[in-house]
Amino acid sequence: MSTTPVVDIRDLKITFATDRGSVAAVSGVSLTVAPGEVLAIVGESGSGKTVTARTILGLLPSTATTEGAVLLSHRDGSEQLDVTKLKGSALRDVRGRDAAMVFQEPSSVLNPVFPVGWQIIEGLRSHTRMSRAEAKAKAVDVLRRVGIPDAEHRVDYYPHQFSGGQKQRIVIAQAVSLNPGLIIADEPTTALDVTVQAEILELLRRLPQEFGSSVVIITHNMGVVADLADRVAVMYDGEIVEQADVRTLFESPEHPYTRALLDAVPRVGGTRLRTHEPLDVDGTSAAFATPAVDPTATPVVEAKDLRIVYPGRLRQPGFTAVDGVDLVIRPGEVLGLVGESGSGKTTIGRAIAGLTPITDGSLQVLGVEMRGVKERTFRPVRKRIGFVFQDPATSFNPLLTIAQCVAEPLVVHGVAADPHDARARVDELMEAVQLPAAYGDRFPHELSGGQRQRASLARALALDPELLIADEPTSALDVSVQARVLDLFARLQAELGFACLFISHDLAVVDLLADRIAVLHRGVLVEEGTGDQVLGAPQHPYTQRLLASLPVPDPVEQAARREAWNQLRSS
Amino acid sequence: MTTTTAPVREPLYKRLPVVHQLRTSVGLQRGMLIAGLVLTALFVLTAIFAPLLAPYGYAQLRADGVPFGSQQPPSAAHLWGTTVGGYDVLSRVIWGARTALLVMLVAVVLSSIVGILLGLVSAYFGGWLDRTLVVVADAIYAFPSLLLAIVVAIVISGGQSSMWGGILAAAISITVVFIPQYFRVVRAEVVRIKAEAFVESARVIGASHTRIMTRHVLRNSTRTLPLIMTLNCSEAVLTLAGLGFLGFGIEPTSAAEWGYDLFKALSDVTSGIWWTSIFPGTAIVLTVLGVTLVGESLNDLADPRLRTRRAAAQLAGEVGTASVVPGGVLAAGPEGFEGLGAFEGPSDTPLAGPTAEDGADR
Repeated sequence: MSTTPVVDIRDLKITFATDRGSVAAVSGVSLTVAPGEVLAIVGESGSGKTVTARTILGLLPSTATTEGAVLLSHRDGSEQLDVTKLKGSALRDVRGRDAAMVFQEPSSVLNPVFPVGWQIIEGLRSHTRMSRAEAKAKAVDVLRRVGIPDAEHRVDYYPHQFSGGQKQRIVIAQAVSLNPGLIIADEPTTALDVTVQAEILELLRRLPQEFGSSVVIITHNMGVVADLADRVAVMYDGEIVEQADVRTLFESPEHPYTRALLDAVPRVGGTRLRTHEPLDVDGTSAAFATPAVDPTATPVVEAKDLRIVYPGRLRQPGFTAVDGVDLVIRPGEVLGLVGESGSGKTTIGRAIAGLTPITDGSLQVLGVEMRGVKERTFRPVRKRIGFVFQDPATSFNPLLTIAQCVAEPLVVHGVAADPHDARARVDELMEAVQLPAAYGDRFPHELSGGQRQRASLARALALDPELLIADEPTSALDVSVQARVLDLFARLQAELGFACLFISHDLAVVDLLADRIAVLHRGVLVEEGTGDQVLGAPQHPYTQRLLASLPVPDPVEQAARREAWNQLRSS
Repeated sequence: MTTTTAPVREPLYKRLPVVHQLRTSVGLQRGMLIAGLVLTALFVLTAIFAPLLAPYGYAQLRADGVPFGSQQPPSAAHLWGTTVGGYDVLSRVIWGARTALLVMLVAVVLSSIVGILLGLVSAYFGGWLDRTLVVVADAIYAFPSLLLAIVVAIVISGGQSSMWGGILAAAISITVVFIPQYFRVVRAEVVRIKAEAFVESARVIGASHTRIMTRHVLRNSTRTLPLIMTLNCSEAVLTLAGLGFLGFGIEPTSAAEWGYDLFKALSDVTSGIWWTSIFPGTAIVLTVLGVTLVGESLNDLADPRLRTRRAAAQLAGEVGTASVVPGGVLAAGPEGFEGLGAFEGPSDTPLAGPTAEDGADR
């Protein structure tokens, strides 16, 4: 073994044949991964990081043309094989034995109709001569080592009987079961909650020591990089623009793109985008000045002991998504609602928008009681509410142009007779969200994710609403695009002064924008206060855990935080 | 093929359902589609220009006071001979196209309007209405369509078959059978579309149910309809012919009808008189074949797993095109799963999930 790299990528070029001609996805990438090393490949969507990593396992579709070499070491170090030249059974031999992959979405990687143990055994027996009993013993062993409790029994469980984090552990167990020299993890924690992410990262961290594997982790999350990586390769537009030791990279990034990328990452306790103090005389502050919130003003939204239960199937109890929440949003105030998946944050947003009926308690939205409200009574109020959806790809009718989509609220509420009539206002709105007016004639699929989300913001603001509900508006976007959308958001809020419920799972994003932050945990509001109160000195253990789990984009600080997290976890 | 309009988007005529498919198809699939379109066009033109094409009227028995005579073999005066009733076979086959076309149109218009409307409302509002309609639709599947057609024929015409009586009987029975098909297809699409974020966003905006249904949901759920319409057409022709063959058809004096002619030709076959049955029979076969070919091709072209693609055909050459069997095989195309998403106009949502190419493209 010694110094031969586990994988050695030399001048790799990958081109895809598409209907619009050939597209270069990777142009001239050279990379090596040393034994026991954790290499992070970072970059935004479309930078070619996934394609590069998939080449190592020969997982490219047949439309791809590969040039260059990918030399993968045999597990016992006896030989190096060029994966790009391998075919059929030779390629199958390499997969799993020399390198294995951990995918992004654990729920879709595991076959739901087979027990998890069976799926691990399948991999084991296709590579080694092993009896069924031996393979099962090995599967139990590897499951235990990745931290599945009671592995002897749970080896026969089906994927749906495990939580998301456990499923990802099982996928990792599957990958390490043959002791490959290299584990490729493609966004392994993107689909997981922060607290679960921290545990999976801890597991991935241990892989080099416990299983002797090198790890290539593909991610867009700089916090994950800081937490896990020894070395970082930054990819941009199919090329590696910078490669450095993790500390060096974060301390003194050399390439302008790396610097821009690091600057775009929101940090908890960093500079806020909105301020209630008047701007500095020289105007250097990046924040937008907004008037202070009047604590005596009639609230725009007031929830008292709000309960929302989703009805269960016949004779089964319903699922309580929101359980006794008290909330107040005053005019001009931005309330950040954070929580993990299933915490009920989206349900609250939908209830305020009248999309989900409330079960118990009271919810006043712009003076209308939402409990048992009729659509007819609420319709006039909808005019005063804007909504920005999470996924910009699906929130536009694919058959209408952007201008028609943005004009929709104007037409529906009789402000304009038809989309054509509303065009002047639409152009104004497009300008407000920094989109060229000509984009109005494009169809949604012709815009990028960030542009679509800005158009979505334009649509939400078309009627000058008093209340805006933004449900994870930036979670589907790249970091640099997210930074731009958030900046725009803060600017528009300062200009128009609407109240806002900002729903997000990302503490750092919420901290950038919100006046007050409310933390939801399993339908219960566990903590509420200003950003400094909640994130600076969290009172509730859940908030503390949430904060400690959040990886910060700074390797030195993150190492200290990980220590603290480990202590918090063991105590 | 160059156009003067906006270069970004193709002109409207190129994006029309059949034209669009014709342009994107290659190889055998294109051949099938073209053959189907030619047969269908022939049929439609014959129907439209029947008065010009047919040498005699459909109910004409004599020319210049001289009777045609019964069961005359093909001759100069009667190119395809005459029937046992003394009608000119050629004229009746040509006029028969008209009847068939009318049945198709009435059946398609009626069943699509009712089926789409029911499917849309049922899926959009859901609840007990939806459940009831689904059960009713399932129950209708259990009826043999011909039996239903006979009942309807009797109800409508009281056994006295006029031209419109026969046409409506066939069309309505087809309608009843096809409403559940439109209903199910539209319902499934609407249920899917209803959950999309853009529908929710329309609700949040405060758009009325009617507006959401027509502007946002309906327009996005009509992709598969052209296919069902073609199948609907061929089924309509077959049922009309079946009715005529069973004697519930249209009297020869009210309109020409292929099934009725076949029925009357039944006894001719044993006595070696071939021309009375071959021609109307062939007309039925070719019409149904043409329409079905169009439908099948549209189906294959709409499904990315069945569609052979230009780039693929070029790569694989002769072998690639020959490996596709009509009716659809497992031809995923040499490009496999990666070839699924790319291309298409604005009406097509991406079909493949996140793939490596997606990552590379954006």
